[in-house]
Amino acid sequence: MDITAESVVFLILSALTLGSGLLVVTSRNLFHAALYLMLSLFGVAGLFALLTAPFLAFVQVTVYIGAIAILIIFAIMLTPQVTRTNARNTQWVGAVVVAVVFFAVMVSVLTPLMDDLGADDWSADFSEEDPDDVPGTSLADLGEQLVDPDYYMLPFEVASVLLMAALIGAALMVSPAIADDPETETGDDESGG
Amino acid sequence: MIDFLKDIGFSHDLAVLVAKSLGVFVVGGFGLLWTLLGIWLERKLAGRFQDRLGPNRVGPVGLVQSIADTVKIIIKEDIVPEGADRWVFNIAPVLSVMAVILIWAVIPFGPGLVGVDLSVGVGYIVAVGSLGAIAVVMAGWSSNNKFALLGAFRSVAQLISYEVPMVLALLVPVLLAGSMRLQVIIEQQYIMYLLAIPMTVFIFLTSSQAELGRGPFDLLEAESEIVAGFHIEYSGMKFGMFYVGEFLHAFTVGVLTSVFFLGGWRFFGLEDLIVILGLPVIGFLALIFKSLLAYIFLIWVRMTLPRLRIDQLLNLNWKFLVPLSLINLLVVAFVWKLIPDTDEIDSFGDAFWPSVALLVANIAMFVGMSVVLRERGRRERARIEALRGPVDDPGMGTNAVPAGTGD
Repeated sequence: MDITAESVVFLILSALTLGSGLLVVTSRNLFHAALYLMLSLFGVAGLFALLTAPFLAFVQVTVYIGAIAILIIFAIMLTPQVTRTNARNTQWVGAVVVAVVFFAVMVSVLTPLMDDLGADDWSADFSEEDPDDVPGTSLADLGEQLVDPDYYMLPFEVASVLLMAALIGAALMVSPAIADDPETETGDDESGG
Repeated sequence: MIDFLKDIGFSHDLAVLVAKSLGVFVVGGFGLLWTLLGIWLERKLAGRFQDRLGPNRVGPVGLVQSIADTVKIIIKEDIVPEGADRWVFNIAPVLSVMAVILIWAVIPFGPGLVGVDLSVGVGYIVAVGSLGAIAVVMAGWSSNNKFALLGAFRSVAQLISYEVPMVLALLVPVLLAGSMRLQVIIEQQYIMYLLAIPMTVFIFLTSSQAELGRGPFDLLEAESEIVAGFHIEYSGMKFGMFYVGEFLHAFTVGVLTSVFFLGGWRFFGLEDLIVILGLPVIGFLALIFKSLLAYIFLIWVRMTLPRLRIDQLLNLNWKFLVPLSLINLLVVAFVWKLIPDTDEIDSFGDAFWPSVALLVANIAMFVGMSVVLRERGRRERARIEALRGPVDDPGMGTNAVPAGTGD
């Protein structure tokens, strides 16, 4: 086994992902846990980039760090006393069991797959000098396959419908016409901060 | 560069490492040094807009003012407020500058003169840009100060909302060029996109200004309401880093505007000289010149328009900019698909008629937008008149300016 630059980067990113993932569940301060979650997701994005999947890496950062983690932090900031009274977690036994089972499933699925692919080396055999010398599908292929009925059109459309439903639901929930308070319709001027 | 290092006895891997580190150093260093000059320029311009002189004491026409300020800010005492979350408090300013410098990695300064020509360059810019919001949130939360926290709340509402129209606007040049690679987007601009899709430029500039948190969208640090917003507790160089981060971000938006809409390093045929004379510096100068134009325009807007209220800000985004950018994207995609052979444009002549068609579509959209806005304004005025009695003098009734049409 050969230590290449890729393997070093891989080890650093793995340590970053796993280490900060561990800190997410052990940190007593919820705000810190959310920040560690971001770091962990960032490590995953780095792994995607290492696997020459830059599109997935950028989606990972934009969606998970730029949107979801920020919203988690927003919720945390709006919660009073959030860093002091949240220290107890009664579900950790169940969580450990689920995590172990999930890990076992992942290993049992991936190990035969690794043997099939013959992945017994650290190096992925790309030359770093030529960016075009990258295996896998290009961005244009990915885009075409997303709207191709033979590939991913159905899941893509189902996901769109789901998101649309969520969007409409969210809009309905905050709609002043449905809220009980009749004041909300005329209260525009007071809503400014 | 790599070949040179190999010649003087470096191994291949080491040569690549050294060359790339040097590249990082040059690009990052250029950005930071440029800041010194840029801040002087901005203060000078801001002074002109406000009918005063701006910095004029240190050095000729105040040129050295930034360096004096830097020295002052570095030797100031570094204060961490009591009860602050020390680690988060200290990391936030670093992150704020980092998020901006990272964007410079993919900016093409000339043909072949680019840090990394990523195949997802546009996506990278969006992803890295979203890190800036985290810095603001971290700073606001860790300061243990309610004004800072209020600033952070506003920033989340503002930065996240305005990311939507910004990304939708960035999709349009990607659509026209058929690639997310910044070099391809520049090469495809035989006619600069500003002339073909002015509506997209308007959406991009408006939402970018909001992403920057600069006037008229400077609610994150509205001095009159929440003192200084999220960076209220920062002093010395840590405040300086937020300042540099904000300034550099503003200039970077100028650079991005010139890359996406003004043709980047192209300059009316001058780019052919780059190849003939072998002088990539021409492209670099063209890019900086265009960026400065866009940047000065942004300062102009910032210095001219009054600040929006938070409800106006969100209305402007969700009820005006987001629908507009969606319609804009649909219209451009539709027109672009109607014109034959738009995916093999490789000369000025090829680009001419498609650009004209897009421009016509844009003008039609602008007319439609004006009609809708007028109707909305009328309805809002009628609603307010019903509430408060007739508004006689539109100049006095500043509260009656309809929300959502404030820009």
